[in-house]
Amino acid sequence: MTVPPLDQGSAGGNPSQRVREIVADHRDDRGALLPILHAVQTEFGCVPREVIPTIAEELNLSRADIHGVASFYRDFLDEPAGRSTVRLCRAEACQAVGAGELVESAKQQLGVDMGNTTPDGDITLDEVFCLGNCALGPSVAIDGTTYGRVDAARLAALIASARNRVGANQ
Amino acid sequence: MTTQAVTVYVPRDSAARSVGADDVAAAISQQAQANGRDVTIVRNGSRGLLWLEPLVEVDTPQGRVAYGPVNADEVAALVGAGMLDGADHPLSHGITDQIPWLAGQQRLTFARVGVIDPLSAASYQEFGGITGLRNALALSPEEVVTQVTESGLRGRGGAGFPAGIKWNTVRNAPGPLKFICANADEGDSGTYADRMLMEGDPFLLIEGMTIAAHAVGATEGYIYIRSEYPDAIQTMRSAIEIAYAHGWLGEGILGTSHNFDLFIRVGAGAYICGEETSMLESLEGKRAVVRAKPPLPALEGLFGKPTVVNNVLTLAAVPTIMSDGAQAYQELGIGRSRGTQVFQLAGNIKQGGIVETAFGISLGDLVNGYGGGTRTGRPVHAVQVGGPLGAYLPTSRFDLPMDYEAFAEAKAMVGHGGVVVFDDTVDMAHQARFAMEFCAEESCGKCTPCRVGATRGVEVIDRIRFADDADSHAANLVVLEDLCQVMTDGSLCAMGGLTPMPVLSALEHFPDAFEPANTAERTSRTEVTP
Repeated sequence: MTVPPLDQGSAGGNPSQRVREIVADHRDDRGALLPILHAVQTEFGCVPREVIPTIAEELNLSRADIHGVASFYRDFLDEPAGRSTVRLCRAEACQAVGAGELVESAKQQLGVDMGNTTPDGDITLDEVFCLGNCALGPSVAIDGTTYGRVDAARLAALIASARNRVGANQ
Repeated sequence: MTTQAVTVYVPRDSAARSVGADDVAAAISQQAQANGRDVTIVRNGSRGLLWLEPLVEVDTPQGRVAYGPVNADEVAALVGAGMLDGADHPLSHGITDQIPWLAGQQRLTFARVGVIDPLSAASYQEFGGITGLRNALALSPEEVVTQVTESGLRGRGGAGFPAGIKWNTVRNAPGPLKFICANADEGDSGTYADRMLMEGDPFLLIEGMTIAAHAVGATEGYIYIRSEYPDAIQTMRSAIEIAYAHGWLGEGILGTSHNFDLFIRVGAGAYICGEETSMLESLEGKRAVVRAKPPLPALEGLFGKPTVVNNVLTLAAVPTIMSDGAQAYQELGIGRSRGTQVFQLAGNIKQGGIVETAFGISLGDLVNGYGGGTRTGRPVHAVQVGGPLGAYLPTSRFDLPMDYEAFAEAKAMVGHGGVVVFDDTVDMAHQARFAMEFCAEESCGKCTPCRVGATRGVEVIDRIRFADDADSHAANLVVLEDLCQVMTDGSLCAMGGLTPMPVLSALEHFPDAFEPANTAERTSRTEVTP
């Protein structure tokens, strides 16, 4: 997934107009805020602080309400992640087959800590608690695709391929 | 060499895809072309023999022949060796249905998973789908609820509450607007049956929810799926569209006057949403903070309306009950645990996967019998049953039957049927600490014992592990037990209330792991309290 900078996104130069369109798409949904925030996250790669007043105004809620919800859920980011996100499962079933060691290896391979992005902006390293692939761990999700039985060597290959992909998209 | 058309099955299940099923499907297609063979590739769900994934099946006059695990780069050789005609091969396991691991199971809910194309409405009906819905629509709502009650079906999400009683409460609640909510926020490590069902037989969940809607008088339903399951979300969305086109959803279902609309909602990375009231908050577009009960969701649930909240597997069990009869379902199982449970073998296990069988099978038969012990080949040391909030059990408890009450008596829980195996390299004090760490990370923040207690729990466990002297060690053990009691008694939901279960079970069954002498040598791979 390539995340365009805010000012060059498909929204053009006017994020709040795009956000109004997103809200309009979900106007008839019950409890529309989560679907709206997902759509905003997909569009901008994060839920930018500056669009929160627009969502609040459109839904007739307070800015605090919107911020409170957006900040509660791990999926909604304050700022865009790297061009590719590598998420390592750290839950029990993967721990039983070496997830802890894989996390250490990932940190070394990428030179960043959990939750951080490589300086070139290519890869964000993150953790996840369960991908539902518990018989084939350790599991890793890269940009929404799950990989099983990942050891350090396979992780290195997957990271290299993710780097190639985001490089090609630039 | 025959040139007959042949059907080949390559799973689309995300577990199979995680180990290369897409590449295998592409390679088979390419090899078929290169060899001038007419091959139809069906992307089925997974049969649940996950250690054999990607498991390729070839349709032959004798039945489907299984090969696995198949790597994409072995496909050319396999095709050369006659795989497309079901020829023998070291990777062949013979006729799939006759593989003992599968043949010994009692697959009711998972009967079609891995067998059919998940999005083929025709196959679904051919293999018995929609019969339950037809039967249910011919009965009054009260009669449907009675059937579900008599089947003995209990909530498969973990709590084990009788489904029929919940449904009856909603049925009797007044009001024109009622909801059916499927809890597909399967966040517990070691559980993946909801995901496999949604990816492998999505119409079954739709059918179960439609029956529930008829039974309680609901007209609208939501499936809350966690965002970590993109394949399940996509498959369910497609299935709902197809179901509308076939009159299984929408207005006038199967020609009756019954209406039911079904929607997907996607979670956003919060474990707590697996708790029913926080899931309802999330569905309403709010922070997923747990609600106090009462009021029960059955009376004041989604948007304050009477709501059935059931786990995916609970709802998916209903069509079978309605097609084969409550009696047949009720006859399976032991004690008050009736019917089948979909056990999920996970973690460090040689033969991991789905074992659907009647309640009552022993833990040891699951882990050593079906599971074949650990993947690493080392001795099994501990087994966590029922997710991150379930107890860690030693092999000396392998005689325990999988039964809600028997597990409760052993200070453990069956939960959602997930079984996570650890070998003898596991540090049980670390696992206890992780339970507290996870609770601190995922607590919704409503109850102080959970929100603050979990962080204190991490600290106390570290003080136990790295105690300087025996007095301090003993004193902190007292503090930990006290803290666990406060969390158990003072938390609204299972997150804070059950986090002590893995902690105390680790302490009870593996006390040596908490001795400072045993932790000192492990300091290199232990943590520093934040």
